[in-house]
Amino acid sequence: MTQFSSSSGGEPARFHAGDEVRVRVDNPGGHFRTPTYIQGQTGRVHKLCGVFPNPESLAYGGDGQPAQPLYRVEFSQKEVWPEYGGPASDMIHVDIYQHWLEPV
Amino acid sequence: MTIPHAPGNGHGGHDHEEHPGMAHDEELGYYAVRAKAMEALLVQKGICSPDEIQGMVDRLEARSPSDGARVVARAWADPAFKSLLLSDPEAALVQLGYSLPETTPKLDVVENTNELHHLVVCTLCSCYPRALLGRPPDWYKSLAYRSRAVVDPRGVISEFGLDLADDVEVRVLDSTADLRYLVLPRRPEGTEGMSEEELAGLVTRDSMIGVTDARSPQAAHSG
Repeated sequence: MTQFSSSSGGEPARFHAGDEVRVRVDNPGGHFRTPTYIQGQTGRVHKLCGVFPNPESLAYGGDGQPAQPLYRVEFSQKEVWPEYGGPASDMIHVDIYQHWLEPV
Repeated sequence: MTIPHAPGNGHGGHDHEEHPGMAHDEELGYYAVRAKAMEALLVQKGICSPDEIQGMVDRLEARSPSDGARVVARAWADPAFKSLLLSDPEAALVQLGYSLPETTPKLDVVENTNELHHLVVCTLCSCYPRALLGRPPDWYKSLAYRSRAVVDPRGVISEFGLDLADDVEVRVLDSTADLRYLVLPRRPEGTEGMSEEELAGLVTRDSMIGVTDARSPQAAHSG
């Protein structure tokens, strides 16, 4: 995808496809878009989806700046759900903003 | 004005505020009242006009799964269009005469193949490619689907009538953020000579969410 919605550039992208990343565990209060089930999990960047205003700011009338790179991150289902009954090749992809990710 | 009682947050320790109308059917009165109040405030504060609100509602209501079916059928029939649809969905949609409103979240199209089956869910609320498919079905917004689709996608898909072999990767897409996912289902077998219009008749809403495949010509014929 070539169109990015941020007009002001935003935070530079720290990660690239293939990078291993861990999702931070946090509860900033109010509105955030990183599901609790994926927090603390380690996955791999599938792709950079674009740079978007931060929803945690937008939700309360803020300007969403600095805009955040958004990644589609892939996780192994068997790692996310120890009881997962399907094959080891099954994956779950979650869209996660950069400020929720840390390098592994 | 009487404000109905606000529903509690059903998520254990989850602080996410839910969108209107999901998994709280008995509480719709509360959300309807809240929506009206917000609409009045937006107008009063000069953020948007009643016409703009109605215009957006009309645009969303004008879309239905038949729009998505048209797009999928074209992708099945025209390899160049399919490749554009997968790499730059918005440019592809413009070719078919769809111009998505500026505020629309970005659309991403993912292809189901014999080796890879995508299933779309929004665990946080009810994100859905509304700009193309219109409003999501009620089950898509239900807590049952939103939780089970991630934990047991094969079980959910099987309840919709599709049994996937173990050598097919099931890939769940949780659309938590600024992208909306449309599944490009596999083209059914035995459809070689069919016109685009006939092909579109095989593309169901559910197949564009990934809980099923597109219908076979036989199934479409008998039902």
